[in-house]
Amino acid sequence: MGNLKATTFEIRQDILDTIMNCKAGHIGGDFSVTDILTTLYFKQMNIDPCGSEDPNRDRFILSKGHSVEALYSVLANRGFFPREDLKTVSMFGSKYIGHPTNKVKGIEMNSGSLGHGLSVSVGMALAAKKNQAAYRVYVVMGDGELAEGSVWEGMMAASHYRLDNLCAVVDSNGLQISGTTEDVMAHENLEERWAAFGWHVLHAAGNDIESLNDAFETAKIIKDKPSVIIAHTTKGYGVSFMENSVPWHHKVPSADEYIKATEELSARRSAAL
Amino acid sequence: MNNIHNRQVINDVLIENAKKDKDIIVLCSDSRGSASLSEYAKVLPDQFVETGIAEQNIVSIAAGLAACGKKCYVASPACFLSTRSMEQAKVDVAYSNTNVKLIGISGGVSYGALGMTHHSSNDIATLGSVPNMRVYFPSDRHQTKALFEHLLLDNKPAYIRVGRNPVEDIYTEDNTPFLMDKATLVHEGGDITIIASGEMVYPAQQAAIELETHGISCRVLDMYCIKPLDTEAVLAAAKETKAIIVIEEHVAIGGLGSMVSQLLSAAHPVKVISMCLPDEPVIAGKSPEVFAYYGLTAENLVKTCRELMG
Repeated sequence: MGNLKATTFEIRQDILDTIMNCKAGHIGGDFSVTDILTTLYFKQMNIDPCGSEDPNRDRFILSKGHSVEALYSVLANRGFFPREDLKTVSMFGSKYIGHPTNKVKGIEMNSGSLGHGLSVSVGMALAAKKNQAAYRVYVVMGDGELAEGSVWEGMMAASHYRLDNLCAVVDSNGLQISGTTEDVMAHENLEERWAAFGWHVLHAAGNDIESLNDAFETAKIIKDKPSVIIAHTTKGYGVSFMENSVPWHHKVPSADEYIKATEELSARRSAAL
Repeated sequence: MNNIHNRQVINDVLIENAKKDKDIIVLCSDSRGSASLSEYAKVLPDQFVETGIAEQNIVSIAAGLAACGKKCYVASPACFLSTRSMEQAKVDVAYSNTNVKLIGISGGVSYGALGMTHHSSNDIATLGSVPNMRVYFPSDRHQTKALFEHLLLDNKPAYIRVGRNPVEDIYTEDNTPFLMDKATLVHEGGDITIIASGEMVYPAQQAAIELETHGISCRVLDMYCIKPLDTEAVLAAAKETKAIIVIEEHVAIGGLGSMVSQLLSAAHPVKVISMCLPDEPVIAGKSPEVFAYYGLTAENLVKTCRELMG
């Protein structure tokens, strides 16, 4: 997995370049979720970057839609569309808008408003059960997002319908726009909460592809209940001065910060190789 | 007196079609009884999804099912569907353009005495303002059947409001003129026009019959298609008759009357009278009592038309 680890830093460079280019974005959450998306798109999911609409393809929903720069960069690096397209993100008239849109190849559903993705993924997993189709459904949520009440409605429905083809991931970096998740709206005992709603709970080191991959593999063999992976991530992972820093939720780097960030990402990539 | 309510007709049409098409899915939020869909749930359990009392969840789940090829019909009280789950309707249905039909049951003031929590007198304003969401208020059971038979053929989002109680027949089994997204001419007339939808079509029709005895020729348009509005029929009425009355089981702001007025003020200004529900919690009572209290009746239509005609 050494090369894939290096790839995550190349993807982070694309995220950084995209945000520098459009002067907007959510870099902290993007860097937090990059390894989760990379593991899913490069190792786990049965998907076709050529864009064929195979009804048996795995489905993915980015419920924390503001991490769209990470999703676009992963999709581009996975071959869904040219990396050149990243230069148009958030530009006038671009289809690559500031939240996931199903006008972009590889994106199933529009998202951006938090608290929708889990319920949508329940519908997708239910459809698979009804069609006796083998595809799996993945949804990635933020930890701050868990304050949305609709998430808990979706959690109830997923276990009620025993959706073992559904795997949720919580990008648990402990920070949100106003501060720590514990200060803003505490959700300690996350494992117990999900378990109480009938889910099989797994933990993973959320910036470690091997750990994430192991968790996804375990989730596949859990039967009769949905699985959630609490991915313990570091917000801003990959650039030291962005890590665990609240302002980097959606700060745009200065020219100096861009150079430093690029140097760090390059060094991390080299180390991975 | 017809005693078959529109929701029963929806159950029948959905059962008939779902038996032939396994992709049709009906979803209820502990509302199968209220929606008259208990029979559907019993006959086609594999094509029925219960979400419990969770209106946000039901709409998103339907969107997820639809994104994977299902044709979803969500039946839940209009009061909750049009406001509690408005964002799910906006994002997961309209914005993502999923094949979800939202059926708002017991719409308007059907739940009479239950209070404003249970009234949906603003659902045109809420869901109608959402880009890519169509809005339909069918009048009688025959039109409801025709509408659903057409909706089953398309794959676009829509919101359909039906009332709780049986509505007097406007049409017959053998004669239900219906063109999708075109108003139905219920009564010919050249002096004045009443535009109505849903439960208001019957009093409009009765008023037009009564007006004949007063020598007034009143056109009645059944504008079941609130959005997309049949602008051609509205413009023709404005050009060919002296004034327009819009009667609706909805508040003034953002309702059918405001849509008609907005169109005509720019395209062909004529007098438009809006008869509607007030901008306040409505008085307690059964819906006919509520309609009578606010003048949403054939008698008041006759009176208003006669005043307008001088």
